[in-house]
Amino acid sequence: MTEMSKIDTKALLADVTEFLWQEADMLDAKNYGAWLDLWTQDGIYILPMGDGEDYKNQLNLCYDDDKMRRMRVDRFNRGFSISSAPAADTVRTVSRIVIESAENDTIKVRVAEHLIENKFGRQRVWAANLFYTLRKTEDGFKLDRKIAKLLNSDGMLNSFSYLF
Amino acid sequence: MSLDMPKFSDLDALYDVGNAKVATEMYEDPELFKEEMDRIFKKTWVWVAHESEFADKGSFKLSNVGLDPVIVVRDRKGKIHCMVNRCRHRAATVCEVKKGKTASFQCPYHGWGYGLDGALRAVPYPEQYGDDFDKSQHGLLKLRTESFEGMVFATFNEDAEPLVDFLGPEVCRYMTLFMKQGGGFPVKVLGEHQFSVPMNWKVQLENTTDAYHFPVVHKSFMQTLDETTEDLFAFMEKNEGWVEDLGNGHSIMMMMPTREDLDDRLDDPIEPRFEWLAEEIRKEGYSEEQVKKIVLAVGGPGFNMNLFPNVSFSLSFFRVLTPISVDKTDIRHMALGMDGGPEIANQTRLRLHEHFQGPMGFGSPDDAEVWERVQRGTQGGEDLPILVNRGMVDEEPGTMGPRGHISAETGMRAAYKMWKRMMVEEA
Repeated sequence: MTEMSKIDTKALLADVTEFLWQEADMLDAKNYGAWLDLWTQDGIYILPMGDGEDYKNQLNLCYDDDKMRRMRVDRFNRGFSISSAPAADTVRTVSRIVIESAENDTIKVRVAEHLIENKFGRQRVWAANLFYTLRKTEDGFKLDRKIAKLLNSDGMLNSFSYLF
Repeated sequence: MSLDMPKFSDLDALYDVGNAKVATEMYEDPELFKEEMDRIFKKTWVWVAHESEFADKGSFKLSNVGLDPVIVVRDRKGKIHCMVNRCRHRAATVCEVKKGKTASFQCPYHGWGYGLDGALRAVPYPEQYGDDFDKSQHGLLKLRTESFEGMVFATFNEDAEPLVDFLGPEVCRYMTLFMKQGGGFPVKVLGEHQFSVPMNWKVQLENTTDAYHFPVVHKSFMQTLDETTEDLFAFMEKNEGWVEDLGNGHSIMMMMPTREDLDDRLDDPIEPRFEWLAEEIRKEGYSEEQVKKIVLAVGGPGFNMNLFPNVSFSLSFFRVLTPISVDKTDIRHMALGMDGGPEIANQTRLRLHEHFQGPMGFGSPDDAEVWERVQRGTQGGEDLPILVNRGMVDEEPGTMGPRGHISAETGMRAAYKMWKRMMVEEA
C-alpha cells in the first residue's frame, strides 16, 4: 500500500466497508437494477473454478461483461426462468475486509463472504473469497472487477439463482 | 411370487413397453437402485473420460463407474488403464487428486505401491506375509477399457461385447460427426461444470433427447439470444428434425438436420452472428477455408445423442451423469474446444458454454429445477404412471429403430427398453 496516514487508512476502510455492505444488501434484496449501476462500463464479474487466474482462457461459472450482466439480470427479472421464479432467498455477510492496495483511484480489496440460501425449505451454506477492484469516482466507488472464488468452486456445486 | 424373488421382479409393471408407462418406484425405490448398480453399471460399458483429459504419459483423472470410484490413467507406453481406487490391503483410496501426473500410486496408509497399470509393485516389510504372498494377485482391481473417437469407456464385465459393437454403427458414425467441432483440430475438454441434483439418474437419462421441454424450460435463455440464433432453436415448429432409437438404449435427437455434418456447410456464407469472429481468425493468418471450418465448429453440430447409461453428446458439450443414490445424481457438463486452434475461437466456445451451462448458466439451473420437481412430484400419487408415450402415434422405422417427431419421447423409450433388457439378465 502506498504511504497513507493511519487516519486515511481507517477512513478508506470505513468507506469501502460501507460500500460493500450496501452492495451485499442490494444482492440479498435482489435489487439488481441498483447493482448494475454500481459497475463501470468495462467492469467484469467472474466466478472462476479452481485456482487458475487466466479467466479469459478458462472455463468459469460466469464471466460477465456489461452485456452479459444485463442479460443475466434481465433473465432473473422477467420471471420466465423457473429456477429464479421464485429464486432462493439469501442472507449474506461480508467481513474480514482487507485493503490490499490503494493507488490513485484504484483500490484492491479482499473480502470473506458467507451466504445462506433457502429454497424448498432447504438451507445451503456457501463461502467465498471476493476479490474486488474498485474505482473511486465523483459518484463514489464503482465496481471494476469482482471475482468471487467459491470454496469448492471446482467440486460439485448446485445451481444458483442469485449472485455472490 | 416366491419369497426369494425381489419385489422389482415384476419388470412389466415398472416399465410397460406397450403403453410406454414408467412406474413411480423407478425414481424412488432404494432397493431397485442397488439392483440397477449391479445389473447395469457393473455390467455394461460406462463412459469414464475423454482422452484429452489425460493426454500425457503418466497422467490420470479420477472418475466413477456407477458407485465405484476409479482411476483412469495412461501408462508410460500410452496405454489406457482403468482401476478401482481402493488399496488391496485395507481399502484406503490410493489417490485423491482429481487430475494430475504421477509415476505410481501409493497407498497413504501402509505404503503399498502400485504401477500405472495397477500392478502391485512394492509392499513395505513383506516378510510378515510369508513366502507364498503373490503380488500378481494383489494389483488394483482392473476394468476392461476401450476407446472410440477419444471417448474412454470401462466395464467390470469381462464378457461384455466389444465397445464398438455396444455402440453400434450409427452411434459410431454420429460420434465421428460430433467430433468435427474440432474444426480440423483434435477435440479437447476445456473444463467442466459440476452440479449435484436431488433426482434419480433416469430423470437425467431421459432429458438429453427431450426437445419437448426446450421452449418451455429454456424460454428465459431463448429470450436472451439475438433473432438469428433464436431461429436456430425454432426446431419445434419447423418440423424437420427427428428422434431415433439407435439400439442398445442409445438415441439421437436431430434438431438441425442441416448441421448433421458440419462439412456439408463449408460452402455457406459465414453466419452474421460470427462475422466478427471470422474477422479475428483471418487476422491470425488462417486460410478462408480454415476460417469457415473453425467458425462452423464454434457453432457446433445440430444434434444431441444420448448413450446408455451415462454420457451424452449435447450440441457442443459432453454431459455425464453419475448416480449417487436413488434420489441424488451428479452432473458434469464438459466444455469442448480445439486443441491448438485459435485462442479467440476457444474463448468464444468457453463463453457460449458458460452462457447456457453449469450452476450459473442461463439453461442448466432451469433444467436442474425441473428435474428436482420431478423427484419431488413423485412423493404424491404413487400409483400414477410417468408417461413417455409422446410421439408413438406417428413413429416410423428409422435406420436402427423407430424414428419419431423431434419432440417424441422415442429416446426415452429406447433407454427404458435397454434398462429392462439389462434388468432381466442375470446379475
